[in-house]
Amino acid sequence: MKDNIRKTFEAQPKTLVRNVLIALFLIFLMYWSSTAIEYAGIHQGGTNVARNIMRGLINPDRNLLFSTTAQGVPYLILETMAIALLGTLIGAILAIPVSFLASRNLMPKVISGFTMLFLAAVRTFPAFVYGLMFIRVAGPGPFAGVLTLALTSIGMISKLYIESIEDLDRGIIESLDAAGCNTLEKVRYGILPQLMTNFLSTTIYRFEINVKNASILGLVGAGGLGAPLLFAMSAYRWSEVGAILIGLVVLVLIVEQASSMIRTKLARG
Amino acid sequence: MSFFKNLFAQKEITLSNGKVVKQPRSIVPIVLIILGFFVYISVEITGFDMQVLIRRQRFFFDILKAMFPPRWDFASDVWQPLFDTIKMSLLGSIIGAVAAVPFAVLASQNVNQNSILRNIIRVVFSILRTLPTLIIALIATYIFGIGTFAGTLAITIFTFAIITKMLFEQIETVEMGPFEAMESLGATKTQAFIAAIIPQLLPTYLAFCLYCFEINVRYAAILGYVGAGGIGLLLDEKLAWREYSRAGMVLFMLFVTVVIIESMSRYFRKRLT
Repeated sequence: MKDNIRKTFEAQPKTLVRNVLIALFLIFLMYWSSTAIEYAGIHQGGTNVARNIMRGLINPDRNLLFSTTAQGVPYLILETMAIALLGTLIGAILAIPVSFLASRNLMPKVISGFTMLFLAAVRTFPAFVYGLMFIRVAGPGPFAGVLTLALTSIGMISKLYIESIEDLDRGIIESLDAAGCNTLEKVRYGILPQLMTNFLSTTIYRFEINVKNASILGLVGAGGLGAPLLFAMSAYRWSEVGAILIGLVVLVLIVEQASSMIRTKLARG
Repeated sequence: MSFFKNLFAQKEITLSNGKVVKQPRSIVPIVLIILGFFVYISVEITGFDMQVLIRRQRFFFDILKAMFPPRWDFASDVWQPLFDTIKMSLLGSIIGAVAAVPFAVLASQNVNQNSILRNIIRVVFSILRTLPTLIIALIATYIFGIGTFAGTLAITIFTFAIITKMLFEQIETVEMGPFEAMESLGATKTQAFIAAIIPQLLPTYLAFCLYCFEINVRYAAILGYVGAGGIGLLLDEKLAWREYSRAGMVLFMLFVTVVIIESMSRYFRKRLT
């Protein structure tokens, strides 16, 4: 018995050299990448800023946090959610044809490859580039935010849609064919039930991400929580900064919880 | 959900053998009505206007057209910030990923029995995760000054928070059998953890790290917008000065880099799992 254990123990592959090499490589990578980091010490008054932000978080501007005017945090939260909702919805609808075009099992290689390249480009370019382009179209404001989110959502939503389209069980469609169904019935009973749950859950997940993105887009002037935050910070109004940050955290936490609850429900059926 | 399903009268169907079954009504119409209501409110708030979109859509392509063809000779000025971006995300990813390990162990239910500590860690991390990277970077530039350090810090915090979450969920689904077997053979908890748990986690952990690095390169590219270093600074500058052909070059090189990193990461992740 003891011999058996020893034999198995000694037979295990020796990985020491490999591990040391990997560790050295990682250390080299860290050294190489640290050359770009210029640490100039804490910014003049930096500790002050940190302390003030903390103070702002503990003692936020209550007027702003609970006021119901268009400048108040509740309205900003509503606006952020509205931007995210419309952006996600438009993106999700536009993503359906795009992802069918990009799935390798339905389309010829040329078309799917080309669409994939387009999707990669959409996902790579930073959102604020699109934001600037849409501000030209719609002027600064939440409308530009909606359009930006709609376009940038297509990238990720399509990527996840494609996976479920490529997993389609074709047997079901064949058996519906054998039962004499027409095309519309085949789509309704053979394809939609297979895709619907995945599509919905992807869309809800993207909504969660878009709520976060909508708050960033404010930085380029496209509505939401970001712009007031930027103004408050550059004017050193820390209690306002605290109020907006609290609003942001609460909003994202609630949306995250709700989204994961609905998605588990969907996954269980 | 079952509440909504029972709210409306169920449709009764009599089968051929006389048995009556009840078919619950679909909740799709209710969901659609609620969604329609919210969409209406959203359209009102955001000022969404299809006519404006159709009438002015050509302005969207203005900038795009001005970007082509990109100024190829501008490439020499792009390399430096491009590598800065990659280095920022690499360093941030490595530090964040390593720092995440002890916290993930402490946050997982099957290893840490102390529920108070566990819940405190979890709450702190879910709050950390809610803050978008760009906003962390914005705050960091106020504290540490403008430059790559603030950006690296933001990426580190983001990686740290997200890998901790992914990893502790992974630890909780780990097979505890080998761990208990080793303990009953007389191994200490640490020995058992190293020999029985780590081999189960390592491939997924590394795959998470690679995936995070991939996301981080993309995030690092926008951090320059708030002055946190990297290629975003250059991009923002060129866009602000309306030198679109130069901005096009920056975007082109960024695109090629991201595609290369993505396909490398995908290759390694496939090998790992």
